[in-house]
Amino acid sequence: MPEGTTKRMELVCPAGTPAALRAAADAGADAIYCGFANETNARNFPGLNFSPSELADGVAYAHAKGARVLVAINTFAQAGQIHLWEEAVNDAASAGADAVIAADIAVLQHAATNHPDLRLHLSVQAAANTPEAIRFYAETFGVKRVVLPRVLSVPEIAALNREIDVETEVFVFGGLCVMTEGRCALSSYATGKSPNLTGVCSPPDHVDYTEDPSGRLQARLGGFTIDSFESGQAAGYPTLCKGQFSAIEKTGYLFEDPVSLNAFELLEELSSAGVTALKIEGRQRGKAYIAGVVKAFRQAVDGLESGADARPAIAALKAFSEGGQQTAGSYKKTWR
Amino acid sequence: MPNQSSSLNLPPLVSSLIAPLPKSPMEMLLSAFTKRLVARRPELLRRLGAVVKVPIAIVPDDMPHAFLLSLDNEKSSVSICEKTEISDAQAVVRAPFLVLLGLLDGTYDGDALFFTRDLRIEGKTDYVLALRNTLEEADLSPGEFFGLSGRSADWVNGVGARMLDKARWLAARTGSQPSTLGRPH
Repeated sequence: MPEGTTKRMELVCPAGTPAALRAAADAGADAIYCGFANETNARNFPGLNFSPSELADGVAYAHAKGARVLVAINTFAQAGQIHLWEEAVNDAASAGADAVIAADIAVLQHAATNHPDLRLHLSVQAAANTPEAIRFYAETFGVKRVVLPRVLSVPEIAALNREIDVETEVFVFGGLCVMTEGRCALSSYATGKSPNLTGVCSPPDHVDYTEDPSGRLQARLGGFTIDSFESGQAAGYPTLCKGQFSAIEKTGYLFEDPVSLNAFELLEELSSAGVTALKIEGRQRGKAYIAGVVKAFRQAVDGLESGADARPAIAALKAFSEGGQQTAGSYKKTWR
Repeated sequence: MPNQSSSLNLPPLVSSLIAPLPKSPMEMLLSAFTKRLVARRPELLRRLGAVVKVPIAIVPDDMPHAFLLSLDNEKSSVSICEKTEISDAQAVVRAPFLVLLGLLDGTYDGDALFFTRDLRIEGKTDYVLALRNTLEEADLSPGEFFGLSGRSADWVNGVGARMLDKARWLAARTGSQPSTLGRPH
């Protein structure tokens, strides 16, 4: 979409369970993204995700509420197991999904060839951040939208939108991946599992929390101590890129303290930059998070047109954030 | 930054009144309703995955006992034990009682409670996550737990909600709300 267009931006919301999908639809999501309970999606956590029949029911519920359903099949297919990813695409199409979000060119090729009417979105996992890369996916597979990596600033997004005809979707709230997604091997190094192949970053079966009698909490991943928190201090999940490290005689966080993304203050700029859709992260979060965040951002997006003040609703979301802190992340690039 | 001592704790008097009560009748009731829930909704066991048959300890900070939960196709059970008798548990979840109830029905967000240290976990994190996600999907209102439907479920849910509101109000007078968003959605 060309820069400067003021079309109402679409609110794309997460759902890790059918109950969360219903909560998102009820709270006013324009679109809801979810995945199957296997390695085909990048939130392959225990107890999460959908069976094919649950997805079909979820699509029916969302459509009745006027919301679309986007199915994330966004890990990279493994040699000898491509059928798992192909079946996922087929199941999404059969369930009446409105789009598939994919990264692997084999998955995109299967969808484009066998389901030509199924809309394709390029996952953030593809890490496509140049006009050339995005045009390749659009021309080769008919991709209609690209989810941009969380490493671009607003001016960079605006510049990108000026050169492409594909819709862009950006993350505005939730857990913050500070690496170039789809190319990060930190979790794989520590645990043997990665979001790229097994669909899970910092898998919980490798996570260990130990609290000593003083209340000091140590968070470990794959045997590595990632961080520690004093009694009463807000804690975080032990994701390697968000840990504390010692180097050059200094100990500190690589980028920022454990924080979550909140780009509420940038919504107008993102709209002016030609962004089509705003994405909320958090398929691993509960219904209370989904309902609260979607409702607040619904007010925020609608407020861009109506002028209604959504700041109180957005301010109340701070408690949902990792470490109890929020950042505008790469959009402002304040990291050292 | 609030810590567990400032959370939504029941007054100590409640714990003192509960401590001498016999455990067996409550264990039998909780186990029976849990078995009926699992039989009625087999999809919940599929969602639990590896956690089926695994004992998980639920330890309310402000109550005298712990609950040992084991979910299974036929032998689901809830036993009530001393807090020092949970060594069989593969994972332990600790929080004030009213916070734990809020997790059951989806009032609170588990991650947010963990970030603020209102909820603590030990042992196998993947088991806790699987249980949490399954409970999220279960939508465990009192009516659903007791296997009710229609008007009777609505009535029980209404009464339950009012009692919880009262209990939270009472607890808030002696402590404070958890720092997470505690409002029902």
